[in-house]
Amino acid sequence: MELRNTNTPPSLTRGLDWFTLILYLILVVAGVVSIYAASYDFDEANMFSFEEFSGKQIRWIGCSLILGFVLLVIDRRIYETYAYPIYFGMLILLAVTIVIAPDIKGSRSWLVLGPMSLQPAEFAKFATALAMAKLFSGYNFVLNASPINYVKALAIIFVPILLILAQRETGSALVYLSLFFVLYREGMSGLVLFGAFFAVLIFVVTVKFSETMIMGLPSGEFSVFILVMVLIVVLLATYAKHFAGARNVGLWFLGTGLIAWVLNYYGINIPGIPFFLGVIGVACGYILFEILRLRIRALWVIIGSAVVSILFLFSVNYVFGNVLEPHQQMRIKVALGIEEDLRGAGYNVNQSKIAIGSGGMTGKGFLKGTQTKLKYVPEQHTDFIFCTIGEEEGFIGTATVLTLFLILILRIISIAERQPSTFSRVYAYCVAGYFIFHFCINIGMVIGLCPVIGIPLPFFSYGGSSLWGFTFLLFILLRLDAARRDRR
Amino acid sequence: MRKDYNLEKRKYVIGGFIVVIALIYIFRLFDLQLSDSKYKKFADNNAFLNKTIYPSRGLIYDRNGELIVYNQPAYDVMMIPRDVEHFDTIDFCQTLDITVEQLRKRFDDMRKTAGYSSYTPQKLITHISAQDYGRLQEKLYRFPGFFIQKRILRQYNHNAGANVLGNLREVNPTDIERDPYYQRGDYCGDLGIEKSYDEYLRGVKGVEILIRDAHGRIQGRYDDGSRDITPESGRNLKLSIDIDLQQYAESLMVNKIGAIVAIEPQTGEILAMVSSPTYDPTLLVGRQRGENYQKLVQDPLKPLYDRSYKAAYPPGSTFKPTQGLILLQENIVNLQTMYPCSHGFISGGLRVGCHAHYSPINLKPALQTSCNAYFCWGFKNMVDKRSKYGSSANAFEVWKEHLVSMGYGYPLGTDLPGESRGFIPNAKFYNNVYGEGRWSANTVISVAIGQGEIMATPLQIANLCATIANRGWFITPHVVKEIQDTVMPAHLLEKRKPTVDERHYREVAEGMRMAVLGGTCRMAALPGIEVAGKTGTAQNPHGKDHSAFIGFAPYNDPKIAVCVYVENAGFGATYGVPIGSLVIEKYLTGKISNERKYLEERMLEANTIIYSGVKKH
Repeated sequence: MELRNTNTPPSLTRGLDWFTLILYLILVVAGVVSIYAASYDFDEANMFSFEEFSGKQIRWIGCSLILGFVLLVIDRRIYETYAYPIYFGMLILLAVTIVIAPDIKGSRSWLVLGPMSLQPAEFAKFATALAMAKLFSGYNFVLNASPINYVKALAIIFVPILLILAQRETGSALVYLSLFFVLYREGMSGLVLFGAFFAVLIFVVTVKFSETMIMGLPSGEFSVFILVMVLIVVLLATYAKHFAGARNVGLWFLGTGLIAWVLNYYGINIPGIPFFLGVIGVACGYILFEILRLRIRALWVIIGSAVVSILFLFSVNYVFGNVLEPHQQMRIKVALGIEEDLRGAGYNVNQSKIAIGSGGMTGKGFLKGTQTKLKYVPEQHTDFIFCTIGEEEGFIGTATVLTLFLILILRIISIAERQPSTFSRVYAYCVAGYFIFHFCINIGMVIGLCPVIGIPLPFFSYGGSSLWGFTFLLFILLRLDAARRDRR
Repeated sequence: MRKDYNLEKRKYVIGGFIVVIALIYIFRLFDLQLSDSKYKKFADNNAFLNKTIYPSRGLIYDRNGELIVYNQPAYDVMMIPRDVEHFDTIDFCQTLDITVEQLRKRFDDMRKTAGYSSYTPQKLITHISAQDYGRLQEKLYRFPGFFIQKRILRQYNHNAGANVLGNLREVNPTDIERDPYYQRGDYCGDLGIEKSYDEYLRGVKGVEILIRDAHGRIQGRYDDGSRDITPESGRNLKLSIDIDLQQYAESLMVNKIGAIVAIEPQTGEILAMVSSPTYDPTLLVGRQRGENYQKLVQDPLKPLYDRSYKAAYPPGSTFKPTQGLILLQENIVNLQTMYPCSHGFISGGLRVGCHAHYSPINLKPALQTSCNAYFCWGFKNMVDKRSKYGSSANAFEVWKEHLVSMGYGYPLGTDLPGESRGFIPNAKFYNNVYGEGRWSANTVISVAIGQGEIMATPLQIANLCATIANRGWFITPHVVKEIQDTVMPAHLLEKRKPTVDERHYREVAEGMRMAVLGGTCRMAALPGIEVAGKTGTAQNPHGKDHSAFIGFAPYNDPKIAVCVYVENAGFGATYGVPIGSLVIEKYLTGKISNERKYLEERMLEANTIIYSGVKKH
């Protein structure tokens, strides 16, 4: 630690990222206007009335601004010094919440403090980010240097996840998975993210195309086998740069595939699973031979990917049918367009799509949205607030909000990269990860591209905890960023 | 700490990821909001409840301003299935005075009907009584998702003219496709003027736009009702039918199969149009319509089939005036031309029988006595006159064109739906049957006396009579005299002139006058009224001859021209003449004179259905 005295107020105005601050203010104001529109009743309403959601939100915003100012004037070293105590304090709060929180719609995540209800899960976000930053800024800490480092990082991520899962707030828990972006930035192999992407792909393909059959197996599974073959060839060519091998394996797949197709054409049915396992098995045998011959260690990854993919494929149906709860299965089916269920799980998304779709280019006008005014979209002032924007402000409104969030996230990434200290950079990436996750999942679910996972749209969804949580995240970032020159 | 520039590049991966996602979302929003307007419709369907307000249907009056058809309100219980919540079924059933089983059955039936949707109003129970309506209206708040739709039912003041008036039925999917005015559950005209004047009678529907929230609760009127459409009542119709005459003519046709058409010659207005057997128009109203309609459809006597303008009959001797007109016009005969009749027409082994009268005979007496031989000779002389026409086929075409100009062979264009065209063969028809050049007048001689291939509707026959009464012109016969606030279509007001000169009509009219004074229609002679007429006795493949009559009166200022056609009733003089003359007498004098009461009584009581060969089950 350097002990140079930082003259706080002057450096604050000089180093403060006004761009982000103004973006924050724009989003918060747009948010409260949307909440007013979403909860507006045909009976005369007053935007500033404390009886209304918008009035309450204004009160939350007022507190946020004060909080933000306080966070900005606190010495930045406090965050670094007390990162772990804050993190552990928050874990204890999460654990306590499980015990003392009242059951609200099956979830035990709300702490009721007199007239106020707060969700500790929202505040655990910045605490976890601080803990991650603290861990990575340790002396000579290099993520890839030892598996122990991974264990530590994963522990910081997964303890809050488990605690929040125990509160039965699956959506809020999943948010922490976005911290894998941070691991990636700090050195984790890109294969992990790629693997996650590939796993999602396998899952979606398998579940979505389970009705029709090709070669005696569901067309989804058939497609996954083809994907695995493509994966093997592509990895051989790009990851291992073993072009001769890629060519050989590719020709082997094409040749056997062609033979199977011709035989099938003449009415000789080849059982799909043994065929694919055999063909891929032979390819893996060949790669094994190449490993022994050429001693290319990277090839192990390819065999591993193929085996893991196929095992994952076989487990998808089990996981989907036995691990997920019925309402979660239904949400996924609705998002994949397998089921409509317009009165049940599909109702929200359908009404939300109707609301957004009916907005057209310029929308129906402020306070003139019928879908939202007449309460066709449930949760319209919280998780589904984006509908109101879509219905009343149209494509112009939704595209603007989307762009604002995109700019904010890119700005945070750019702030992260200009930090001289690892602590600040890792913290900034954590913030970026949270925003990315909330942005993708919330808007994705409202426009029917993701399954319904109940997490708020930052600054727009009604709720003090969410607003305060994101204010904490952003203002601590601004504070750290303002001090970046201090170390030069 | 040293910066790892290799890892720093990963910011592009993370940044690129979020940019790609944002682009996908923008594209999706573009797709949702700009490329598809269906969501706008869905949103409107959600928020706006377009409550249709049905206009009252136009009333129907007879030519003397007497009200024939009017409206009475009826109430349908409607429901929007998706808005229905749990409700007290027992209470609901008691209110409507039905059993729970009946209600359950109605639900099942409703779900099975074509086009059922849980989002749109469905008809649960049709036509509840005003008392049930009152009771349900009070309790309606307890049954969310249900509402009452006010409809109108037709009510009739007279049990007469069902065939002319037609009735109302619920629209079917074809109607909805054909005419955007209709929605499921609407009513449209079926048969008669209810069908042909439907667009005038139905008016313009009104719409009340209500705002409905997600729970189905009405939140008020959209835009304070400024976009509502007020309904516009249907136009009233004044018929040319004289409802008293119609009723009287129908009573004369009881227990007979056939038709009566009475026309006012100067205007083409139809005074009475009877098809027998007929039915009570109230049978096809309201809840019992379906059952009664099935009964009428299955009745072997086909009461729903309007014989007066849809049935084509051999006109028999009522066709002879047309022949006289054509022969005069074509200069085949003049008033002095005589043809022999030795109890019939005998030519080359062909014999058409006739009855006893003097011979040879010229045109007017031939009409008076209805001589078959005269018209056969005339027809033969015309069709076989190669010197004038070149060939029989050419001559026949000329003959046919005259008949078409008189209104035969094609629909007259009356204002009722589904008019038959009858049948007048052309030369091509016989060329197909016998071969070109292989037929002559003798081959087709029976058409000269209205038999053989010739077919005409009673309306066409009556129109001939009206044309003769006018001495050479007619107006397309029609049943509607006035449409409220609208001018009548021009084609129902224009004079149409056949290709035969008016002077020839005067001669033929005189022949018909002679038939009443001393020929086949003597029974049509009325005290103080000069009647002209022509009988017809038409052979047919269904048994006993059809009895027919055309007549008009008064001779010098015709007010009515009538055609009577009674199936399987024998000679024209037996039923056609008495019934026709009674109709004329009733219309012109308003009563039946004492010395003809016996005739009226006999006609009212006569039953000719027994000869028709149709067994009533």
